Amino acid sequence: MKKLKPYARWIIAVSALLLLSAYFVPLWQILMWAPQYPEGLEMKIWINTLTGDVKIISALNHYIGMKHIEVSMFPEFKYLIYIVAFIIGFGLLTALSNRRLMLWVYSILILGAGIGALVDFYLWGYDYGHNLNPTAPIVVPGMSYQPPLIGTKQLLNFTAFSGPDIGGWIFIVSGILTIGTLILELYATRKKVVPAVQ
Amino acid sequence: MKTINQLTIILLAGVSMSLYQCKPKGPVDATVGDAASKVYVAPGKYDEFYNIVSGGFNGQIGVYGIPSGRLFRIIPVFSTSPESGYGFSEETKPMLNTSHGQVPWDDLHHIALSTTKGEHDGRWIFANGNNTPRVARVGFKSFRTEEILEIPNSGGNHSSPFITENTEYVIAGTRFSIPMGSKDVPISSYKENFKGSISFIKVDPQSGRMSIAFQLRTPGFNFDLSRAGKGPSHGWFFFSCYNTEQAYTLLEVNASQKDKDFIMAVNWKKAEEYLAQGKARVEKVKYAHNVYDEKTHSATTTMGTEVNVLDIEELSDLVYFIPCPKSPHGCDVDPTGEYIVGSGKLAAVMPVFSFSKMQNAIANKEFEGDFNGIPVIKYEAALHGEVKKPGLGPLHTEFDEKGNAYTSFFVSSEIVKWNVKTLEILDRVPTYYSIGHLSVPGGPTAKPHGKYVIAYNKITKDRYLPTGPELTQSAQLYDISGDKMKLLLDFPTTGEPHYAEAIPASMISPNSIKIYKIEENANPYAAKGEGQARVERKGNDVHVYMTAIRSHLTPDNIEGVKVGDQVYFHVTNLEQDWDVPHGFAIKGATNAEILIMPGETQTLKFEPKEVGVVPFYCTDFCSALHQEMSGYLRVSPAGSKTPLKFSTGETEGQPAAGN
Repeated sequence: MKKLKPYARWIIAVSALLLLSAYFVPLWQILMWAPQYPEGLEMKIWINTLTGDVKIISALNHYIGMKHIEVSMFPEFKYLIYIVAFIIGFGLLTALSNRRLMLWVYSILILGAGIGALVDFYLWGYDYGHNLNPTAPIVVPGMSYQPPLIGTKQLLNFTAFSGPDIGGWIFIVSGILTIGTLILELYATRKKVVPAVQ
Repeated sequence: MKTINQLTIILLAGVSMSLYQCKPKGPVDATVGDAASKVYVAPGKYDEFYNIVSGGFNGQIGVYGIPSGRLFRIIPVFSTSPESGYGFSEETKPMLNTSHGQVPWDDLHHIALSTTKGEHDGRWIFANGNNTPRVARVGFKSFRTEEILEIPNSGGNHSSPFITENTEYVIAGTRFSIPMGSKDVPISSYKENFKGSISFIKVDPQSGRMSIAFQLRTPGFNFDLSRAGKGPSHGWFFFSCYNTEQAYTLLEVNASQKDKDFIMAVNWKKAEEYLAQGKARVEKVKYAHNVYDEKTHSATTTMGTEVNVLDIEELSDLVYFIPCPKSPHGCDVDPTGEYIVGSGKLAAVMPVFSFSKMQNAIANKEFEGDFNGIPVIKYEAALHGEVKKPGLGPLHTEFDEKGNAYTSFFVSSEIVKWNVKTLEILDRVPTYYSIGHLSVPGGPTAKPHGKYVIAYNKITKDRYLPTGPELTQSAQLYDISGDKMKLLLDFPTTGEPHYAEAIPASMISPNSIKIYKIEENANPYAAKGEGQARVERKGNDVHVYMTAIRSHLTPDNIEGVKVGDQVYFHVTNLEQDWDVPHGFAIKGATNAEILIMPGETQTLKFEPKEVGVVPFYCTDFCSALHQEMSGYLRVSPAGSKTPLKFSTGETEGQPAAGN
């Protein structure tokens, strides 16, 4: 059983505790600008809810047949709090258990959670942007309105931006700390390669 | 002969040319150098000051930006506004109630912005109705008229709505003296029967709600303008009086006979004492008090029946007269509160009185006599000094932060800058033409903001492109930051501005509300969602609880209404987004349209008189599909059996389309 260095255990514990912030700050943000909205519209995605100009965005999007955005549309909001709690718990356990195998699992867990969240967000965005009401007042043939996964995209008169909010950035830092620790551990305990031939 | 003729013609032409050159130059080139850059507010940038400008005979308030002179908004106050539905919607009709019934117009002369410790605080705008005596309060968050109080025992509310240092009181002084209590007496019995009246209106410091605390009953003459004391003179109020001759006909001659009229100094702290001691008599009166509730979006009227009256001829130490030359108009207190400037419209000098000298004169009883028992202080005893040869027809004075005064002169059409302490004239500039009031930002307060003086002129003539006999009104902006006043800009104004005030935008704009919160809407007829939209019949009254959101009205098909019904369209704007009002109008309505702000409910009454199908639609261009935001009302004959039906998005035999 490979053990962990003391500093590695501390970093893992910190990375896990950082994720507690997910309960207090928004994780993701979608910002939109249009000629009529120079001040911009925003939607903040939290661990269990949406805030910002959700109603206004929905009211505008109904012209092109997009669904009315409701918190109840997202079953994720019901179980995300448990998933994050599990990750935090596993991280703390990793620090306590002092086993490198646990760090491997924790790293995969945190990486998987990040990728999983992005995939989930992409799938929702695809459905939201493509599954349009055929009787919508404005139908542009061949046009779909999938919001950008990350970055900026022009959708009719709106420029939409999608990216991490404070909680998302903290999550990224936490992931980097975890995976960085794993790499350091591997590097520090790598086998000294002895040249076979002098 | 021919050559002589030619020579004569050349000579004549030469002489007339040179004579023409001798003619004085017109006002064309009056601005200087970089004036344009000083008033230029680039697209998307904001003005530095709000200018709150009375509308005179349009009964409204204009909101302008300074230094650009751009008009932002017209606030309906004493006049109906078919544009917004003010005075036409069921909710706002009571705002214009008076003891005479609904009076849909007034003559709005003066503005007073609320103050705390004598300085602007950005809470409220007060305005007077001169014709059917009223005082209005407008909120600075919504820029809407929130309250109108009718003034009983007044013949015309001109000396108003000036305020005390901490907005304890708003003043309403009668322009015309009248026989009190609706008496049928000969007009020639003026001296015997006619009385003046000054109302002290208490302002609630939290809500701003007004109530008449007491009235002063005065001898019968005319009150023109007034200002409260501040700093050392806090507790006193100064009023200009004219027609102390007590004339009742051909006032232009008969009210201009005396060398001196009065400035009336009122010790209102003393009046409060007398009131507390029960020295007031209660008189039966009738006046309307109209209040607009921001939560129900509705106005209500309550009728007042009593008023406390303090008779200044019976109570000592309450009022003193100071002689002031020739029919004074302005009666302005400087920022320190020590100096009171009288502007006798027909006088050759401008007296400046000293509050401390006036107090000494009262203590030493330096009186030259009395008027109906009220002491008249010796002119010299209260006088700080006279501004000599200031100009012709002084009207009104405001102050900057450097100890200077700016007085408007109607007859000589100019603004004169002078030093309040030394009384020395420092500069004069022409106005185009015949200035009435003027305004320095913060000019009437203890802490002027200075920088500009704005002239509100009474004559426009050739300043703008002509528009027939009726011309726009003309205001002018002058830079007063340097030693010399510089004309920067002419800008047209609506109505006929009298007095105006200017206040830094930074004190107002952050508090300006963008929407009304739908969850706080307490209008009993609100439909706070399309699920609540419905039509209900109660006898001949049909109530349509309608919602408006981009880009449809719910319901938009209504049947079962009959000729002779009274249909109330209660329209709730469900939007919660900035600058998305919806309008509502229906063909043949004999009142007006209504504009409904986001989160608000307003009601338009419609009385169908003919059988048919009547379209209605949204009048405020709200979205790309605004033109589609419409509906039909089917009107059946009286007594017909058409069932009451309403819907949106349903077509015959099909479920609703859309979401």
